[in-house]
Amino acid sequence: MVAIKQISLFVENRPGRMAKVSKTLSDAGVNIRALTVAEAGDFGVIRMVVDDPEKGYKVLHESGFTVSETEVLAVEMKDIPGGLYEIVNALGENEVNVDYAYAFVTAKAERALLIIRVDNIEKAKKVLTGVGIKLATREEIQKI
Amino acid sequence: MMAMFDYWNPQIERMPREDLAKLQEDRLKSMVHYVYDHSPFYKERFKEAGVVPSDIRGLGDLAKLPFTYKVDLRNTYPTGMFSLPRNRIVRYHVSSGTTGKPTVVGYTKDDIEMWSDSLARALTSIGLGRGDVIQVGYGYGLFTGGLGLHYGAEKIGATVLPTGTGNTERQIMLMQDLGSTAIACTPSYFLHIAEVAERMGVSIRDDTCLKVGVFGAEPWSDETRKRIEEATGIKAYDIFGTSEMSGPLFTECREQSGIHVWSDMFLIEVIDPKTGEQLPDGETGELVITTLNKWAIPLIRYRIGDLTKINSEPCECGRTHPRLMRILGRTDDMIVIRGINVFPSQVESVLMTMPAVGDHYQIIVDRKGPLDIMKVMVEVTETGFSDKIGDLMALSKRISKELKGVLNVVADVELVEPGTIPRSEGKAVRVIDKRKV
Repeated sequence: MVAIKQISLFVENRPGRMAKVSKTLSDAGVNIRALTVAEAGDFGVIRMVVDDPEKGYKVLHESGFTVSETEVLAVEMKDIPGGLYEIVNALGENEVNVDYAYAFVTAKAERALLIIRVDNIEKAKKVLTGVGIKLATREEIQKI
Repeated sequence: MMAMFDYWNPQIERMPREDLAKLQEDRLKSMVHYVYDHSPFYKERFKEAGVVPSDIRGLGDLAKLPFTYKVDLRNTYPTGMFSLPRNRIVRYHVSSGTTGKPTVVGYTKDDIEMWSDSLARALTSIGLGRGDVIQVGYGYGLFTGGLGLHYGAEKIGATVLPTGTGNTERQIMLMQDLGSTAIACTPSYFLHIAEVAERMGVSIRDDTCLKVGVFGAEPWSDETRKRIEEATGIKAYDIFGTSEMSGPLFTECREQSGIHVWSDMFLIEVIDPKTGEQLPDGETGELVITTLNKWAIPLIRYRIGDLTKINSEPCECGRTHPRLMRILGRTDDMIVIRGINVFPSQVESVLMTMPAVGDHYQIIVDRKGPLDIMKVMVEVTETGFSDKIGDLMALSKRISKELKGVLNVVADVELVEPGTIPRSEGKAVRVIDKRKV
């Protein structure tokens, strides 16, 4: 399975909410690999990739958060100029739309990971692997 | 167990309408004489209106009688409207006045008996009786809800579990351990109980014996009823009554098609709140009640303030007494936004049809410059949650649009996290009006 599970949370835009989320995960021993916060006025959405998405989902749900799991792709990206272009260009030319994306650099510095949510995940996988771009698996994310 | 006790008092409950009218007429005539002779307040009020008891010869003369208002009870605080001396009063209840003085009501032994009798008929009509365990989750004490239901439930031979409000986890434990088959509380508190039960890993449907809920003391909508019934598998019935009338008195029957008001005890009218004119059946107006066999504080044409309509058609259940169709709210609950009347129950009926919206909501009214602004806070459920910001914006726009369609008022919608809106153990606070501060 190449698609990975991202955890998304609905949070109100006020002090202490992010702290509550991270404390809940920290208490459960869940490690955050990548995270982004999108804000829209009174509320925001936190999206994150963690080492144990099932456990992360469970502890957040039980703490009363509005939380969901979303399938995203973790795309290996060369950490050089043009690295991002190579990926989004391949998707764009094949009519796959990127709903949102965020990137992080791994400890092995020559590669970065780009997390994307697309409107057609099967097609995106085919397009990217077709042009020789590697998709990280869940196990690889866990091992980072 | 249920079918055997279909009627508590079949003779009265199924009495032909002409006989009921005759009974009401006789009782009205003697009630008018009684208040004139016993209550200096009413003697004076009748004098002002230019009416004497002998002018009332039948139900058609009702409109000649003056109205009684809530403010009369406040102005005569504490016991100025009582028709009997203290040595005949066996109990007081006191309703909390949000502004100014509270209202004191009193009961004779017969008044308490009439009150429990009314509830005995009501509880029987929803299939409760001997063998049922009725958990009374209304407040005990000065509030009429707890003790009212308590006496009614004991009268039909049911087992009462007088939990009162609060300590929700213990309520759920006792519900399981003592096998409650019915619960009486506010609908908002029951939603909270269901929420806490879920968190405790208790399914009301599968892990308890609960089959009936008797919900009232705050206006609620059919949409909320649907949610409660679908989520917990119980039948949810509306109960109505106010402390001035005794307390909770009447419920729907198993048909869930209007609240049966016992005609031998109360005479009801619906009037145009502006002109005071009586309105025909089926038209929405303000409810006015006259007590027919209540002695400590009898009331003549008392304007309760609830907006409703009457249906006098006999019910499928065989009862001939008139029904109050769903109560829209009390005139006190109404908020005026830029000149337009809005009832919280209207907002509720829109919100509860949307799966993306949680069970609790709050309306905030404020003033920005010369303009009233209304904000509706709703909790986003996991069913409705999308991690795309655009979807969430669209959700809040859709709620706003639906509200505009029903209320004709523009409302801002604020999406909040589950558990953010305060839960109540009694009457829920639906409206915060910052204009008054």
